[in-house]
Amino acid sequence: MAVHLSWDLGWDVRQLLAFPFMVNALRAGTIVAVVAGAIGYFMVLRRESFAGHTLALIGFPGAAGATWLGINESAGFFGFCVAGALVIAALPAQGRANPLGGYGERSAVIGTVQAFALACGLLFVTLYHGLLSGLNDLLFGTIIGITSRQVVTLLVAGVAALAVLAVIARPLLFATVDADVARARGVRVRLVGAAFLVLLGVAAAGTSQVTGTLLVFALLVAPAATAVRITARPVAGVVLSVVIAVVVTWLGEGVAYFSPYPIGFWVTTFAFGFFLLAGGYRALADRRG
Amino acid sequence: MSRADVVTARGAAVRRGGRTVWSGVDVTVHAGEFVAVLGPNGVGKSTFLQVVLGLVAPADGEVRVLGGAPGSANRRIGYLPQRHAFDAGTRVRGVDVVRLGWDGDRWGVPLPFGGARAKAARERVDEVVELVGAGDYAHRPIGRLSGGEQQRLLIAQALVRRPDLLLLDEPLDSLDVTNQASVSALIQHVCRSQGVAVLLVAHDVNPILPYLDQVLYLAPTGAIMGPPADVITADTLTMLYGTPIDVLHDRTGRLVVVGQPDTHEHH
Ligand SMILES: Nc1ncnc2c1ncn2[C@@H]1O[C@H](COP(=O)(O)OP(=O)(O)O)[C@@H](O)[C@H]1O
Ligand SMILES: [Mg+2]
Repeated sequence: MAVHLSWDLGWDVRQLLAFPFMVNALRAGTIVAVVAGAIGYFMVLRRESFAGHTLALIGFPGAAGATWLGINESAGFFGFCVAGALVIAALPAQGRANPLGGYGERSAVIGTVQAFALACGLLFVTLYHGLLSGLNDLLFGTIIGITSRQVVTLLVAGVAALAVLAVIARPLLFATVDADVARARGVRVRLVGAAFLVLLGVAAAGTSQVTGTLLVFALLVAPAATAVRITARPVAGVVLSVVIAVVVTWLGEGVAYFSPYPIGFWVTTFAFGFFLLAGGYRALADRRG
Repeated sequence: MSRADVVTARGAAVRRGGRTVWSGVDVTVHAGEFVAVLGPNGVGKSTFLQVVLGLVAPADGEVRVLGGAPGSANRRIGYLPQRHAFDAGTRVRGVDVVRLGWDGDRWGVPLPFGGARAKAARERVDEVVELVGAGDYAHRPIGRLSGGEQQRLLIAQALVRRPDLLLLDEPLDSLDVTNQASVSALIQHVCRSQGVAVLLVAHDVNPILPYLDQVLYLAPTGAIMGPPADVITADTLTMLYGTPIDVLHDRTGRLVVVGQPDTHEHH
């Protein structure tokens, strides 16, 4: 059956769903988008995008190493990302007396870890001969090759992450907006922050498996940053971020299916488009007052 | 110590970073009083509020807060930390910040719909927002508001749970003169109308001077507490710091303290 895009949307969708690999890709994409949209919202509010990016990159040596050793690739992603999250959480918090200096110090450490992770990933890829096309998929994503087992893993991890997020959401928001007051009110600011980094690791590991390690931001940052520009209401922001992430994923996967270009490119392009529109809207709205 | 005392300290001392910040401090704050905490930079005014909150443990002496150990009754304390400004990128509404003061420490998700509990929370938030006069801008992102507007919303956040004690750390510091006067008047109004005791750390006592019941002047070797007219005098402060200090009065009744030593300049 030749794949081509027609003006009949119903027919196009039926074509899409004719192949099991495409069904798996859509399932995985949807799960990952919901998780990344919700967790990404808090990441953007907390200004931890750099940590999120690093966690995504840490997944790369995890997956490459797992492939090299013949272990499950998903296990490599999740194991490395969660371990990385724990390491970042253990770094000393930004100094109170000198917040800028403290932050710079922490960024420097995170950045160094990030570079080292990339280097290790490259080593593992080199050690595992014959992964040349696999490298591309790891870094930039692919719609073929997501197995049913992987979908189940993503679902379990995603549901668990969202459940934990639902439990810590309120103190997490408090600690994000107003850490000193939250601490005085008995919120375990450090603990909640560490728990969130682990959730971020899970989200980054899951998203990597769909968009590729380098393009995780398309789902983790862009939808959340878009939502934050549209609304300042926390609950509405989370919902909007999830909706945008899902729409962007479906559009990206759908178009990738009919085009010769990779999924990572399309998802990122749509996410970027939404972000630009929201940025323009914000600038106009702010100017009007 | 009477039952109505909100904060008492007897011979209290605090060590931080291996150094004694202050020692021999005696304090009594009665219910509903408006008290200013004064002293040079780095003397330990913010540290004093952190001791009251139980965030820093005294190295010596006894401190009691609302009838218990510090930290045991933080639900009944509203707190506004020092130098607290949201930058323009903070995309959360003023009412959301106030609402966090209501139940932000509880596990779970605050749902926008829901039963009587959510309604009670919403009504209380609206009530304090009106009390501080922030009704016009409380629904805008807090990062886009002026320093004075943010300060009013943070006072509302500190008030939302009907505390018996408000701890305000230099709330007037970043405000222009007009806003200093109006926020001072607001704090006085809140103190009297809600019966809340207020401990307010100030760099400049003048905006709040007419409203104060007591001032607490902190020094490394002790503290003096009493009505402003008795404490802010050349003789008392000279004795407290062991170095010559003058208190000048200008025609409008403003006080200027000259010669107080800065313990530590930081930042
Ligand atoms: N977190 C901290 N760790 C160690 N030392 C601190 C800390 N915070 C403040 N200090 C020190 O305690 C002293 C009192 O500080 P602070 O209470 O902030 O003074 P003030 O509020 O009167 O300006 C200063 O010498 C300061 O350097
Ligand atoms: Mg201070």
